[in-house]
Amino acid sequence: MTVIFDIASWLFIAAGAFFTIVGALGILRMPDMYTRCHAAGILDPFGVSLILVGLMFQAGLTLVTVKLGFLIVLLMFTSPVSTHALGRAALHHGLKPLLADDKQTGDVSSKR
Amino acid sequence: MFTAATLALLVAIGLAIGRACLGPTVFDRVLAANTIGTLAVCLMAVYGFLTERPEFLDVAIVYTLLNVLGTLAILKFFRFGSLGDPEEGEPADRPEAGR
Repeated sequence: MTVIFDIASWLFIAAGAFFTIVGALGILRMPDMYTRCHAAGILDPFGVSLILVGLMFQAGLTLVTVKLGFLIVLLMFTSPVSTHALGRAALHHGLKPLLADDKQTGDVSSKR
Repeated sequence: MFTAATLALLVAIGLAIGRACLGPTVFDRVLAANTIGTLAVCLMAVYGFLTERPEFLDVAIVYTLLNVLGTLAILKFFRFGSLGDPEEGEPADRPEAGR
């Protein structure tokens, strides 16, 4: 039984680490701010939550698992809220999304 | 296993710090700061397991709440130009604010 939990924990932590790296790479490499919001939306609830689920398999049925579950629920609620508020504030501020017929460079949209 | 997760989180934090230094607008920097905060929460949890001291989870829960509150406060400041003090009038009446 312990071996099964170890393997499941390994799988979840590896998948979470993969999505975390991919999301951070997207934040660094995406061309404008709204697509970076999309990459952050992958990273925050998905990569981090998968790593925390992997930690829950390691902890077993203790208080630590309850705290980890609380942390996951909190992240699932707060991260989309902050990403949505960020996109709304940027749109209200006058930041245009980068469209397909714009130029290739990312600083078309950077009207501060 | 925990070492691999810690290394992945550190690499991700490094990439987000790169965006926070490069980012052309202030919203990119706020996005990167929010991401760094979330990754720091996860790093605290994983580090607690790595050193076999899961008490770090209490700190991580508090840090999540502080992270989202800080992000919303910064965004409200950049949108309205104030944090909503009653002496400064209604924020919606000041369309010139927020730059």
